[in-house]
Amino acid sequence: MIIHHPILGPRDAQEFVYLGDASLIDRPDGMTAGVEVFHDYLYNRTNPAGEHQELWYHEQGDRSWLVVTRNTVTHEITKVELARDVARSRGRTK
Amino acid sequence: MTQSHRIDGGQIDRTKTLRFTFDGLPYLGHPGDTLASALLANGVRLMGRSFKYHRPRGPISAGSEEPNAIVELRSGGRQEPNTRATVAELYDGLTANSQNRWPSLRFDAMGINDKLSTFFAAGFYYKTFMWPKSFWEKLYEPIIRRAAGLGSVTREEDPDEYDKGFLHCDLLIIGAGPTGLMAALTAGRAGKRVILADEDFRMGGRLNAETFTIGNDQGANWAAASVAELSSMPNVRLMTRTTVVGAFDHGIYSAVERVSDHLPAPAAGKPRQVLWRIYAGRAILAGGATERPIAFENNDRPGIMMAGALRAYANRWGVKVGERVAVFTNNDDGLRTAKDLQSKGVDVVAVIDSREGGELLPGIRHLQGAEVIDSSGKLGLSSITVRQTNGRSETISVNVLGVSGGWNPNVNIHSHHRSRPVYDPNIAAFVPGKDGPPGLLVAGSAAGQMSTHAALRTGRDVAIAALELNSAPDLPQAEDAPIRISPLWYVHHGKGRAWVDQQNDVTVKDVKLAKQENFTSVEHMKRYTTLGMATDQGKTSNVIGLAIMAELTGRSIPETGTTIYRPPYTPVAMGALAGRSRGREFKPFRLTPSHHWAKEQGAIFVEVGNWLRTQWVPKAGETEWRQSVDREVLATRKSVGICDVTTLGKIDIQGTDAGAFLDKVYANTFSTLAVGKCRYGLMLREDGIVFDDGTTARMGENEYVMTTTTANAVIVFRHLEFCRQCLWPEMDVQLISTTEAWAQFSVAGPNARNLLRKIVDQDISDAAFPYMGAGNITVGGLRARLFRISFSGELAYEIAVPTRYGDALLREMLAKGAEFDPILYGTEALGVMRIEKGHVAGGELNGQSPALNMGLGKMVSKKKDSIGMVLSQREGLTIEAGYRLVGVKPVDPKGKLTAGSHFLEKGAAPVAANDGGWLTSKVYSPHLGCDIALGYLKGGDRKIGQKMRIVNLLAGLDTEVEIISPHMFDPEGERLRG
Amino acid sequence: MANLQPLTALGRREATTVTHGPLTVSERTDVALASVAARKGRMAALTKAAQKAGVPLPDPATHQSGAPYSAFWTAPEMWFVEAPFATHELIADLLKSALGDAASITEQTDAWVAFDLAAPDLAPLLERLCNVDYPARPTGHATRTMMEHLGVYLIKHGPDTARIYGPRSSAESLLHAIETAAHSVW
Repeated sequence: MIIHHPILGPRDAQEFVYLGDASLIDRPDGMTAGVEVFHDYLYNRTNPAGEHQELWYHEQGDRSWLVVTRNTVTHEITKVELARDVARSRGRTK
Repeated sequence: MTQSHRIDGGQIDRTKTLRFTFDGLPYLGHPGDTLASALLANGVRLMGRSFKYHRPRGPISAGSEEPNAIVELRSGGRQEPNTRATVAELYDGLTANSQNRWPSLRFDAMGINDKLSTFFAAGFYYKTFMWPKSFWEKLYEPIIRRAAGLGSVTREEDPDEYDKGFLHCDLLIIGAGPTGLMAALTAGRAGKRVILADEDFRMGGRLNAETFTIGNDQGANWAAASVAELSSMPNVRLMTRTTVVGAFDHGIYSAVERVSDHLPAPAAGKPRQVLWRIYAGRAILAGGATERPIAFENNDRPGIMMAGALRAYANRWGVKVGERVAVFTNNDDGLRTAKDLQSKGVDVVAVIDSREGGELLPGIRHLQGAEVIDSSGKLGLSSITVRQTNGRSETISVNVLGVSGGWNPNVNIHSHHRSRPVYDPNIAAFVPGKDGPPGLLVAGSAAGQMSTHAALRTGRDVAIAALELNSAPDLPQAEDAPIRISPLWYVHHGKGRAWVDQQNDVTVKDVKLAKQENFTSVEHMKRYTTLGMATDQGKTSNVIGLAIMAELTGRSIPETGTTIYRPPYTPVAMGALAGRSRGREFKPFRLTPSHHWAKEQGAIFVEVGNWLRTQWVPKAGETEWRQSVDREVLATRKSVGICDVTTLGKIDIQGTDAGAFLDKVYANTFSTLAVGKCRYGLMLREDGIVFDDGTTARMGENEYVMTTTTANAVIVFRHLEFCRQCLWPEMDVQLISTTEAWAQFSVAGPNARNLLRKIVDQDISDAAFPYMGAGNITVGGLRARLFRISFSGELAYEIAVPTRYGDALLREMLAKGAEFDPILYGTEALGVMRIEKGHVAGGELNGQSPALNMGLGKMVSKKKDSIGMVLSQREGLTIEAGYRLVGVKPVDPKGKLTAGSHFLEKGAAPVAANDGGWLTSKVYSPHLGCDIALGYLKGGDRKIGQKMRIVNLLAGLDTEVEIISPHMFDPEGERLRG
Repeated sequence: MANLQPLTALGRREATTVTHGPLTVSERTDVALASVAARKGRMAALTKAAQKAGVPLPDPATHQSGAPYSAFWTAPEMWFVEAPFATHELIADLLKSALGDAASITEQTDAWVAFDLAAPDLAPLLERLCNVDYPARPTGHATRTMMEHLGVYLIKHGPDTARIYGPRSSAESLLHAIETAAHSVW
């Protein structure tokens, strides 16, 4: 596969490490959320046959974490964003 | 032997003669020959025995689709089984042997299978060798393995090298026939970066095998001129002997280039084959089409071949396969063979055309509406039996029969993403369907465009479409004959065997049996009969098989459909896939700064990931590893030992939020750590399991240096980047690995400080540099770092200098500290000392254990949010009687322990229900004078002092042990604070 | 006082040069290297300070040459800065005083082995080693890539010259990979 890195352009997926669903960005606050909430965060994922947002790490590249929108059936990639930007847009701060 | 069957013409270099042997007999051929063409030129057409019935077989094709003529090439380490003689390029000195026969090709004892064929029908193995079960391994499998199979592999190592590489282009063109050449000319002249790849050693495809003209010239000459033009273009890369074997996602293709297969041996340093990964903006499949046979009884005798192959041998290689030739066809293309052979002076005895009203060639007898129903001949064809329209049979004496059942477009690559080909009744064949790999277009006969004109036209037009070009080159004049075909898949006649898949010995009857047993889906039929498996993957047989199944089930051919096409298109040698990753070159090595010194000392190295670490350093007279390790441990605890700990991961963490960041990623607190101090850190995964550990030092207000375990250096760094970018993107924190930048040595033992005083420039007294101190120092003016940390339980420091000075620092410490008898200890002694101290490492950090189990539960701060804090409190991880880290020693000091053994109560049966836990790490402690171990024991913290058993059924071990504290040596820690 | 004698990444006293056919591979021990990463929200301050100090901070995927400082981009808001070792052995300290607290600076000199490659056309060699489309990339292109499982930085100084920074501990394996590829090609 080829991932169109937002900064570096097309790069072979071999350079990346896959993590999983981009919902991993939405980590609950450990001081307020309990075990149940964390359990959902960590283990309960949707498993769509179709469009899926997922985290890829450009380990053999610029070390950017990316949010890749990929169709799990066709492997078509329709969007690639810096995970940092996605995290900020979802309200993550410090 | 003379080349008795060589005729005029062809693209072989008759000025040079090549010698080769087949089954030990010498023959002659010419450059430009394949092994098959050269053997046929020598009158040899028996080239192998079939897979199951050991029927005599010869080639049926002149290309990579060949099911029969598969041979063993070369000998020794280079022996290569299952090589298709039809594509093996001849070279001087080539040696080839037939396969699957004993004692000889002409007399094969296993030919008895042919007489017993009733027993070997499809499904025979499944049904027969099922019972009794115990017979399978001892009786059935060995017999089947001996009887079946194709070639044999060499037992020697392949002496050749295989390479890999990466190519980029605007347009990849797969196949260099008229279509591919025209596409390449179109794109190349437009200045695009083009790769034109063809599996053949000569570009031109069918143009080399036909007598067509293009423009005013022979097709083969046009091809040669086109290749010459293309090779003059710097933007075009021509790759002969290169098979594109697979289409992968997003325009990535893999191709195997056979760089040296046409040579006796590769030149020095040169690879035999190169596996290319091609990144193509667009690709065109111009892979042509493959002729298919018509099944009739005994249609597998040597001498019965594809009609197009007979033409190819005559036109390209100057070979007549036999003297008296008949052609059996259901389409116009078969007539071309009759015409070409006739013009070459070969006696074309008859054309058996299953259609009525086809073209009649002058000077040749035509039997229209007729079918070949049988053949005879021992080890080769001597006659055919023809059934005419009036039902009368006639036997015709021929030694060659060309068969044409029509041409199948080579849709394979286009279907590698599961695009289903669609049936085109006009050519009675499947053509590429929808939803092929994005960016891959198909042209020429691969797209069902069968005439030469259509090939040139679509090659050009598809190149224009693929690259959005503005100008179109003119097309040269070429034949544009229509396709006239009347489908005929198999001849309905008699009870004998009519072969569908010659490579797997699958007959029409086997397909019928599959139908009878309800394996009617093509995928089931394939598995049940083995039709379409093995090296040719049914290139000549699949469509016939499914058409017969369609007829039997009353479904249409489109309804019946094709099996799934998967890479590789043709077989790929394992060596090509392995590339350079063999033996010592399987992976790169990482060498420590002390490597050169250790090598001089004859150290034993151990692979830790890619690192080569010193395992122990034997001294003269030591014959057994334990002697060295015990000595290293005792010497360290007695005076001082040095260990290279460069391999531990080091991550530089800076920024105004560095401390807050560490509080998030470590279970314990780091923001409160004083500058110039270090602390043991425990890192959890989000699921609450211990991830990694190590010491982290605060080198400045906004600057920390984290150490990780050797094994986890990469994944901890990845995890930190995840936390930094995805979880807390507004934190001011910057990360970089410095693992390799610093040579770091642990200096441990009562004399550690005394030794280092002679090395470092600063005061390192206990007052000036207390336990858990950290800081920048100098060594003879050279910048260095010092950490007062201990993994051994001794008074210990870790000292780091820029890597290039690591070797010198080690030698300096050994020399200047000579009065303390310092030794360098390896990973074994390191392990002994850390287990004596109860420090967790690999066996305990097993990815399944929470901090609580390690006795480190209190380190997980609940006062702050950190990764894994919440889920470490999960019910399942906080069971009171859960696994706890304990120390273990045998009651009898001679008692043996092994890691992986299980805890059992005394008297308990060794069954899973009684399992109390397991030993994670075990060493011999020279201080305690016995084996000691760490282990996870259920409720272990409450069992200290109790007696249990350690059982290992595999090792035959059952040892009575005492459960003790994991801190087995100097439990008060007095030594390390000394 | 200790007077420590350095070893090169290949474990020798002197830098190693090997040739094969048209190719020359030269180990470079005379380059000091440090990473410079902008502190959060301090990019403007860093740019200003870097400009004043003559430290280039080039665009993504590029290398910019200068004297004494050259630099190439390695990650968002992060660069590797090169300088002559003889004058800049303490490159991290020098950069810290020049760039202040606008950046996190870490010494990288000894984390890497540097090889300069020279041949009239490096493309046939590099296509056996990595997936970088070398001929299509402009001079000054800098990228991270993989060569025989090793993560390296590749800097294109021209069709005929390139520099590779590889992990120092694998210097021997990396040189072996380059030499093997060279024998395969030439």
